[in-house]
Amino acid sequence: MLKKFNLVTGGAIVLFLILVFIVSFFYVPHNVNQMNIENRLIAPNHNYLLGTDNFGRDVLSRIMKGTQTAFIVGGGSVIIGLLFGILIGTTAGYFGGWMDELLMRMIDALLAFPGILLALILVTIFQPNIEVTVIAIGIMTIPSFSRVIRSGFIKCKQMDFVRAARNFGSSHLRIIFHHILPNTVSSIIVTASLSFSTAILVEAALSYLGLGIQPPDPSWGRMLNEAQGFAKLAPWYTLAPGFMLTLTILGFNLLGDGIRDLHDFSE
Amino acid sequence: MTTFNVKRKPWLLAILLLTVNLLLLSACGSSNKADESEKDRKGTQTEKSKTGGSVVVAIPQDLDYLDPNLAEAAGTREVMFNIFEGLLKANTEGGLDPAIAESYDISDDGLTYTFTIRDGVKFHNGQTLTSKDVAYSYAKLAGLKTGKPLSSSFANVKKIETPDDKTVVIQLKEKEAAFITAVTASIIPANYKDSNKTPIGTGPFKFVEYKKGQSLIVEKNKDYYVKGIPYLDKVEFRIVPDQEAAFLALQSGEIDIYPRIATEKAEQLATGFKTISNEQNLVQLLAFNNKVKPFNHIKVRQAINYAVNKDEIIKGVALGKGTKIGSNLSPVLSKYYNNELEDLYPTDTEKAKKFLKEAGYPNGFEFTITVPSVYPFHVDTAQVIVNQLEKIGVKAKIESVEWGVWLERVYNGRDYETTIIGLDGKLDPFEILSRYISTADNNFLNFKDPKLDKVLSNAKVEIDENKRITDIKEAQKIIAEDAAGVFIMDPHTNVTFKDTIKGYKTYPIYVQDLSSVYLDHPQ
Amino acid sequence: MDYVLKKTVSSLFTLFVVIVLVFLAFRIIPGNPANIILGVEATPAQVEELEQKLGLDQTLFEQFIHWFKGVLVLDFGESLRFSEPVLSLIHERMGVTFSLAFMAIVITIFVSIPLGIIAANYKGKFLDVLISIGTQIGLAIPSFWMGIILIMIFGLMLHLISVGGYVPWSENPLRAFKALLFPATAIAIPQIAILVRYLRTTMIEQLNFDYVRTAKSKGLKDSTILLKHVLKNALIPVITIAGLNFGAILAGSLVIEQVYALPGFGRMLITAIGDRDFPLVQGMVVMIAIIAITVNLLVDISYRYLDPKIKLK
Repeated sequence: MLKKFNLVTGGAIVLFLILVFIVSFFYVPHNVNQMNIENRLIAPNHNYLLGTDNFGRDVLSRIMKGTQTAFIVGGGSVIIGLLFGILIGTTAGYFGGWMDELLMRMIDALLAFPGILLALILVTIFQPNIEVTVIAIGIMTIPSFSRVIRSGFIKCKQMDFVRAARNFGSSHLRIIFHHILPNTVSSIIVTASLSFSTAILVEAALSYLGLGIQPPDPSWGRMLNEAQGFAKLAPWYTLAPGFMLTLTILGFNLLGDGIRDLHDFSE
Repeated sequence: MTTFNVKRKPWLLAILLLTVNLLLLSACGSSNKADESEKDRKGTQTEKSKTGGSVVVAIPQDLDYLDPNLAEAAGTREVMFNIFEGLLKANTEGGLDPAIAESYDISDDGLTYTFTIRDGVKFHNGQTLTSKDVAYSYAKLAGLKTGKPLSSSFANVKKIETPDDKTVVIQLKEKEAAFITAVTASIIPANYKDSNKTPIGTGPFKFVEYKKGQSLIVEKNKDYYVKGIPYLDKVEFRIVPDQEAAFLALQSGEIDIYPRIATEKAEQLATGFKTISNEQNLVQLLAFNNKVKPFNHIKVRQAINYAVNKDEIIKGVALGKGTKIGSNLSPVLSKYYNNELEDLYPTDTEKAKKFLKEAGYPNGFEFTITVPSVYPFHVDTAQVIVNQLEKIGVKAKIESVEWGVWLERVYNGRDYETTIIGLDGKLDPFEILSRYISTADNNFLNFKDPKLDKVLSNAKVEIDENKRITDIKEAQKIIAEDAAGVFIMDPHTNVTFKDTIKGYKTYPIYVQDLSSVYLDHPQ
Repeated sequence: MDYVLKKTVSSLFTLFVVIVLVFLAFRIIPGNPANIILGVEATPAQVEELEQKLGLDQTLFEQFIHWFKGVLVLDFGESLRFSEPVLSLIHERMGVTFSLAFMAIVITIFVSIPLGIIAANYKGKFLDVLISIGTQIGLAIPSFWMGIILIMIFGLMLHLISVGGYVPWSENPLRAFKALLFPATAIAIPQIAILVRYLRTTMIEQLNFDYVRTAKSKGLKDSTILLKHVLKNALIPVITIAGLNFGAILAGSLVIEQVYALPGFGRMLITAIGDRDFPLVQGMVVMIAIIAITVNLLVDISYRYLDPKIKLK
């Protein structure tokens, strides 16, 4: 019962977020970046459903546009993590030996390197913008994909059907992509879903520290940064982006758990 | 503040009115006068009852060196103002008062400065100050022996002579009117080597103890040559790097004076505290790189000036606490300030569009504003400007970079399009404006105007005060009319102290002067 | 033992990779420490002089060898900005961060054990579902937002805390405790969520074991069985997990220190990066890397001994 609950709730939240994401391309109640100093820090009312920020911008519109930032960062970094993860994970897991040892030590080094530091270096060398943020977070995602895929390969490598394929003279590439990879798909999906929410969380933390998304582009983390000074005067400004952030992470976490539960069940 | 807040929260209105009051007071550069009038009203408090007591002042950073010749940090000089003195001393109006020198004379060719030393000035170790001490201290700064000046303001000194114990003669290599502000530099006893351990000066307070990273304690100099000053027996400068911690310490009564407190914090304080806000001799500007396209076109620069609404920035970013300016000089230097430039470019979208069209950009253009991310104030200003420029079809992008990157790329490398920054003021207006001289090392705006170069080269050597004022005002006008940048405001700085503290004076330079401060003992 | 040795050697290799990476990464990015220390008024000559004084005029290789030799004898050099030994600066700031992490762990353990017991005991019932939903939400709330919310509720509305005001324990333990309690709570919440879920699973596993049935058939009270036997057995892996999450807790404190303006390790790291204080940044990153790699090593080794299924070929 609980297993389905995770899947259904997570799915519903994610669907809702996707809806907001799509709508934000076509409609937001007010211009996202339009300032109106006269209207600064207005409490929620019928015109500004979630109030306004310290520049008189509509918080609801900025929150909605913020889903774009979150989805681009989440999606982009998962794709980077996935591509490199497949490359590293398959090489290490399938071939093993010194290759495996070397690659895994590199992954360990990456894990030991503080993520914020990595992001900062990239942001300083290039420019602080969304692309660099995606790359930085994407690199931080590589280890978990690599490890999951590697362990999947180590498990499958020993299985009968792989041995059989090898005996029939199938090429390495064919075995990797045709026989083994499809068997790791479910754990990859779970990792992707969880990495997606982690990526959004990290982006928010980076932007909160002023290192990620640059103003005036709306990012939930950056909004929290700007809102903190006005927490007493305008609590809605602090609550709204944090709530969206929590909802998004919750949705993708639940979805990931739900998929995993489903998989365990069928096994 | 929006009307909304005032309506809903009457206490906010009260604070607002209070702040406005303080603003008005300080706007005429007379926050100290305000205290004097209070003194008159009380009347009963005699000079004698003012003396005694001690206060704790919060300072944000540790001192770099106790030795005034080594100290680089503004935060160090700010507190050492109480221990050390020069021949002259800055006053609250941005002028110079006699300190160790009771008078001085400048030769007609402007190359020889003759100072007469005040009688009975004693160092904190009891030794009487003579011209030898002055010559020793300043020769060191000018690097007369080593050939390497320790201070660039003394680089122009040719020689220093001491005909007698009361007279110091300084010869310059070339005429330089701003040199007079250099002799505010600290004087230490001749051949004294322990300045970095036990600094000895002539100021109103003497050094007692310094604990690295914690505090600097000074006590009253009983032999100070101004009678009756200072009032306080002891002052502790406590190093509190953390703003929140300083704020808490102020509320819990551990700190008496908290300079540079954030506006929103000052507004949160309950009764029992007083806050002064005033200009800080800082110029916040949107600087153009005058060499790169399209900012090499004067009409483009002027168009942006017409498009930027400074009042909106002051209201939205500085919460109203900023004074609008029109050129690169703060109104605190009232003698030199050209007050006709603030509204040289009234906000006018149509005119801005017209100018853009004339410059060949009828559809606007795109550019980047590079801002140092350590200053949220400038980042916020950038956000407002981006929004204002949208109205004339100009698309600005914000790129916030670390301070180190800003210094290297923008300030030293001049590799940028536009930037927002606050330029520190100095006592001498020429030293502030000299960065606009086409060949200046620190002309990071790449500004070039032969007219300005000429006016400033006059101002550099002009000894006649009135003529110099005319030159400086003219220079401000040229910079503004040429639109070297958008000169936005002098953001105010706040000082909060317990309301039992009186006589606090604010300066247009970065100093904390405790000599005039006294405690109002409740009867 | 062979396994442990092999793991240790490869961990040292990882550490070396990190050291080289950190050293190089910070030299290639723009920003000159001498420039930053001297500020806007500096002349090129002054900058050059300071560069010499700081040893920045040497070649990269010379600088690396010089620094690496120091690292081998645990001498990380002097901070450029503070002219103090890097180790003593780290030691100073570590106190705050470790106190924070320690308090977070204590809170985590004290809150999650009862919740875990309840969830396991009422498996599938309303309370269990409620706790399960709670843990999901706890996992999803970003700790820095939680931190801000705690400030809003307890600071701005109830006036129970004031941000900042941290003093060392030795100076005023009560104030240090007060300053750390809320940030530690914010860090603890996601950890509680993780631990409760883990505890619930292991307890349910334990409840199915024979010894529980035997105890029951002997007529022992349910609560006695639960607390005396089941919890005891479930606790070992749980405490291991809590300890192993130390790294995650440290990472969490990096951002939380910013929210609560605590003078900790994370804040110093961020300013040191901004100042391009090379020796300080390098020292701090090596420190973090040592902690992370050690934790990693411990995870690997303890898994091997805790879970007999993973055996080396």
